[in-house]
Amino acid sequence: MGNGQGPRHRGRDRGARAPRSEPKVLVLPGDEIPDRGLQPGFGTYRVGRRLFASVMGYATWREPFVRIVPFAGRYVPKPHDVIVGVVQDVQKTFWLLDIDASRWAPLHVSGTPWEPAPGELEQYLRVGDAVLVAVENLDPTGKIGVTMQGEDLGKLSGGTLVSISPAKIPRVIGKGGSMIHTITRLTGTRVAVGQNGRIWVEGPADGIQRVRECLRIIEEEGQRSGLTERIEGFLEMTGPTDETGPRAPGPEPVDRNEPRRFDDEAPSSTDDPAPADRPTIPPNENNEGEGPWEA
Amino acid sequence: MGSVGAKDVPELLNAEGRRIDGRRLDELRPISMKVGPLTRADGSAFVEWGENKVMAAVYGPREVHPRHLMQTSKAIVQCRYNMAAFSVDERKRPGQDRRSQEISKVITEAFESVIFTEEFPKTSIDIYIEVLQANAGTRCAGLVAASLALADAGIPMADLVASVAVGKVAGRIALDLKKEEDNFGEADMPLALVPQSGRLVLIQMEGHMSQDELRQSLDLGVKGCRDIYERMRQALRSRYDVAAGAAPSEAAA
Repeated sequence: MGNGQGPRHRGRDRGARAPRSEPKVLVLPGDEIPDRGLQPGFGTYRVGRRLFASVMGYATWREPFVRIVPFAGRYVPKPHDVIVGVVQDVQKTFWLLDIDASRWAPLHVSGTPWEPAPGELEQYLRVGDAVLVAVENLDPTGKIGVTMQGEDLGKLSGGTLVSISPAKIPRVIGKGGSMIHTITRLTGTRVAVGQNGRIWVEGPADGIQRVRECLRIIEEEGQRSGLTERIEGFLEMTGPTDETGPRAPGPEPVDRNEPRRFDDEAPSSTDDPAPADRPTIPPNENNEGEGPWEA
Repeated sequence: MGSVGAKDVPELLNAEGRRIDGRRLDELRPISMKVGPLTRADGSAFVEWGENKVMAAVYGPREVHPRHLMQTSKAIVQCRYNMAAFSVDERKRPGQDRRSQEISKVITEAFESVIFTEEFPKTSIDIYIEVLQANAGTRCAGLVAASLALADAGIPMADLVASVAVGKVAGRIALDLKKEEDNFGEADMPLALVPQSGRLVLIQMEGHMSQDELRQSLDLGVKGCRDIYERMRQALRSRYDVAAGAAPSEAAA
């Protein structure tokens, strides 16, 4: 994009919360858009004084940016995002995680609760292991630093991963976590939702299958209203309702009324020696009170 | 491609000025475009253009392989144009050959000029173009399909790239040659245009034309590209099923 820092302020989750009243304007790459006196934001570029779209999506004009809420595209990391990564490579002092972004993200040992000797990182995480991490820093060269320091973050043992479009993650969580709470309650599973579109699910096989179905529905019908009710109906119709909570050894069910993001019980990772006192990451401004963990 | 004796040359232009398939000189072959047929790719498109069938898939931006190709300040664009063995009458020996290497290179360069590669340093944007059925103009069809796939993948770019070939058939300048016209005509010139800026990002030519004919061809080709461009935009919009009349570009201008 021809401009400076605007594009870093991507607008997926915020865009999804845009007021319904404003008409959506579909734009394609190369479409000229009026700037209405605002700065160019994500998905736009300037040629002289004219402003154009560089991606397909809906144009939105909200102070201080004109931006495009894209229909597609890889996950664009934002500081403090909680994401699910999969180990792709083990180096001397760090692991490389595939986080469905444009680059792999290094997880340095200093960002973990462990202190392995250099070259012995495989004792903790191997290729293929899934982890819940937070985006810590982004540098202009595109490097994405992630950390495991923060409550709830850690290795995701067992379970299975489901990928959906990162744009749909706010719908998966729902207002104040209503959607994800409904899903976990009615399927008896434990779920970790990554802002990068990866969702980790653990629990009974039929529960996992039903969570998958739910995610597919959300992805396909994400724009409809009353989605939580629709999912609730679907779950009550199919399969036995398991109101007894998680069967897998895991955290206690969480009180959803209490706003929180990282303060649920950490996953009981077997090779996690001392999760005692980790610094807490400030909550994300965009998803206040929506914890990544549901039990 | 097969060798055909001079006596077999078909009549390329009849007395009414109609071409071998009944088109006028400035008429395109029928085109249909489908965006997003491949679910596992980041973006994809399938284009049927006359008797051409071309599938394009886009992956990325993603890690660069092989690593030494990585550029620290921008993404690299890697395009592979490939013709299926069954895409032509006589079985094509599979794999890269000099022709497909050249086409891959020129298509890569066409896209490098529109994609905002500086936004994704140290990554690769991979474009795969598979020609499933060929009938002249496959690089143009491939460019159109790849362009749609890039938009479908959400990769930031200045504009869609539209492409069409012009040529000289039976002494006249004609748009969008089909196989017989390409084989027995006097010239063939594929073009790719960035409609919004009016820049040409690909021109190649085979055969002979006078300066005057070249000018005429460019005019006709650019017009053809703009026509293709409109259809590409329609194909992208219809994917998201928005009221067709929205036309934000006009509203904005």
